[in-house]
Amino acid sequence: MKCLRYPNLVLRLCIFSTLPLFVRMHHSGLTKIIYCTMTYNTTDPTLTDDEKQLLKALLSDDHELSAYGESRRLFLKQLIAAGGALVAFQLLGDQSLFASVTDAPYKDIPENIEHAVNVSFMVNGTKKSVTVDARMTLLDTLRERLQLTGSKKGCDHGQCGACTVIVNNKRVLSCLTLAATCGGKSVQTIEGFARNGVLHPVQAAFLKHDGFQCGFCTPGQICSGIALMSEVKNGEASYVTTDLRTVHKNIQLTDDEIRERMSGNICRCGAYANIVAAVKEVLSGKDVAQYWPLIPAINEKTVFNPEQHSNKLQP
Amino acid sequence: MRPFKFTVPASAGSAIQAAVANRHAKFLGGGTNLLDLMKEDVEQPDELIDVCELPLTKIERIVSTRGAGVSIGGMAKNTDTANHPLIRKEFPLLSQAILAGASAQIRNIASNGGNLLQRTRCPYFYDIAMPCNKRAPGTGCGALDGFNRMHAIFGWSSACVAVHPSDMCVALAALDAVVYVTGAGGKKRNILFTDFHRLPADTPEKDNNLEQGELITAIEIPSNKFADHSYYLKIRDRASYAFALVSVAAAIETNGNNIVKARIALGGVAHKPWRAMEAENFLAGKTASEDNFRKAAALAMENARPLTQNNFKPAMCQLAITHALNKAMKSGDS
Repeated sequence: MKCLRYPNLVLRLCIFSTLPLFVRMHHSGLTKIIYCTMTYNTTDPTLTDDEKQLLKALLSDDHELSAYGESRRLFLKQLIAAGGALVAFQLLGDQSLFASVTDAPYKDIPENIEHAVNVSFMVNGTKKSVTVDARMTLLDTLRERLQLTGSKKGCDHGQCGACTVIVNNKRVLSCLTLAATCGGKSVQTIEGFARNGVLHPVQAAFLKHDGFQCGFCTPGQICSGIALMSEVKNGEASYVTTDLRTVHKNIQLTDDEIRERMSGNICRCGAYANIVAAVKEVLSGKDVAQYWPLIPAINEKTVFNPEQHSNKLQP
Repeated sequence: MRPFKFTVPASAGSAIQAAVANRHAKFLGGGTNLLDLMKEDVEQPDELIDVCELPLTKIERIVSTRGAGVSIGGMAKNTDTANHPLIRKEFPLLSQAILAGASAQIRNIASNGGNLLQRTRCPYFYDIAMPCNKRAPGTGCGALDGFNRMHAIFGWSSACVAVHPSDMCVALAALDAVVYVTGAGGKKRNILFTDFHRLPADTPEKDNNLEQGELITAIEIPSNKFADHSYYLKIRDRASYAFALVSVAAAIETNGNNIVKARIALGGVAHKPWRAMEAENFLAGKTASEDNFRKAAALAMENARPLTQNNFKPAMCQLAITHALNKAMKSGDS
C-alpha cells in the first residue's frame, strides 16, 4: 500500500473527495473494508485473506486501547485506511487491488436463471467453470464473470473487432460467440500473452510503433495480429492474395495484404499506418521504418473522367 | 435478447427432430448473423439447437448422379473451406468469394450452411420500429421509397427490395452448386443452388425454399473447367470489410481463344444471387475479347429496374462484369 506513505495526501483526498465517489465505492465493495476498519472487525467472513491481513496490520496495537476511547493514532489510521481505499480505487480500479479476487470464483452469480448452462473451458491456460445464462456471450462472460476486462465491447454487433479473442487457435469475435458453445475449448485473451512480464512480440511492436492512440481497439488488434502470424505460417490466403491456387507457406505479406487481413479491426483514432508497421515488423523479423504514406500525386490515371467512364458503357 | 432454451443435439437426426417439434426453434451455426439479429430483437427464437459440433465438416471428392464433384460440409467453417487445397486449386472462384466477405474473425466462426441462410442487411429489416414485410409481413416496405442505395435492381417486388448479402453464394450460383438437405423423418433432398433462394414476390418473409426443420448437410460443386479463368470482383464503399454495392462472379471455360461456356453471377443486385443467363448464352462460342465482354455486360443489364437511389448500379454492374471477365481471362496467365 504505497499510499500509506503519504498520509497528508490521503487526508486531503478524504476531505476533498466527493459523494459520487463514495457511491461508486459502495458498488465496488471497498466500503466493506472501510466499514470493517471502523468497527475493528478483522474476522468478517466476507473479507478475503489479503483483506484480513491488511486490516490486522492496521488495527493491531491500538485495539485494546480503543475499548476505552478513540485514540488520535487510531482515528488517523482509520482515515488512512479509508483514504487508501479511495486512492486505490481511483488509481487501480477495483479489479486489480487484491489479486486474490481475480482468481476466486465470482460470487455475484445471478439467481434463478431461466436457461442456465454450465460451461468449463480453458482461459489463458487456466480451467474456468461458470454457470451462465444461455444468452450470455463469451465477451460478457470474460468481462463480467471472469474479470478479464482486456477484451473490449465496442459495437457488440460484430462490426468493429474490439472484442477479438483467440479460441482454439483461431481469432473470433467474442461478442458473437455464445459462452454456451465454448465448453471444452481453449480461449486466449490479451491478458494471456505476456510471459513473466515480457510482452509478446506483437505487443512490443505495437508499443514501439505507436499502433494506437486511445487504445480501446488495441487488445482486439493485438489478438488479431497474433492470430495473423499463424495464419501466414499455415499459408492461408486473403482476398488480395494473387495466386490462390498454389498454397505457399510462410509468405511475406505486402502492406496491402496486411491491411486486408487486419480489416476486421476498426481503429477510430486512425492508427492504421502504425498498426501495419507493427505487424510487418513482427512478420518480417526486421526493423520497419515508421512512415506516413504520402497522398499519391494527382495524375490522369487517378482523376475520374466522366467522358471516359460513359464511353466504356457503350456496348 | 429474449430467453431461449439451449439444446445440444447428439446427432443431425436429433437436431432435425428438435427443429421439427418446435417451429420457434432455430439451428445455431456460427451465429454471426443470428445472434446479432437476436440482440436487435429481429429474430426471436425460443430455442437454439447448436449444430456446430455435428460431424458435417468434411470437404472431399464425391461422385453424384451429376458426375464427379467436391462436397463441402454444411458445418465446415468458411475459412476452412476457402483455404482447403482442393477448393483453392479447383474452385478458386469460391475461395476468392468467401475471402471477399466479412473479416477473418467472422469467417473463422461462420459455417457454410449458415452463410446460405444469412439474412438481408437492409436497415429497415434491422430496425424493429420501421415497416418491413420481411420481418413483419403486412407492414409495408420502408426501403421502396426510402434509403435504397444498397438495394435491388432485379427481381424485386413492391413488397420487398432487399438484396441477399452473401459473397460465397454468388460464387456457388455461378458454379452450378447443389444444396443437400435432410428434413423431418430423415427425408433427404437436393436443391439446385439457383432454386435455393427465392425472389420476394408477395412473401418476402421466406428467403429460401427450405421446409420446417430441414438442415443443410452439404453443398456439392460439380467438377468444371473454370479454374484457369475465374474471378470474383467485389465493389464496395470501402476497400474491405463491407457489403457489396455490386459483385461479379465470372468464370470462363476456353478452347484456345474461344469461349466454350461462361458463368456470370451477380451479388448485391437481387433478393438472391442473380445469374446473368443472357450474357452467358451470348458468350458461348464467341471469342474471348473485351468487345464481346462489353456486349455481354450490356445484355446482362437490359432488364435492370433501379430504384430511386441506386440508378448508378446498372452502369457500375456493366463495368464490373466487363472488368471481371477481363480479369478472369488474365487469371490463368499468372
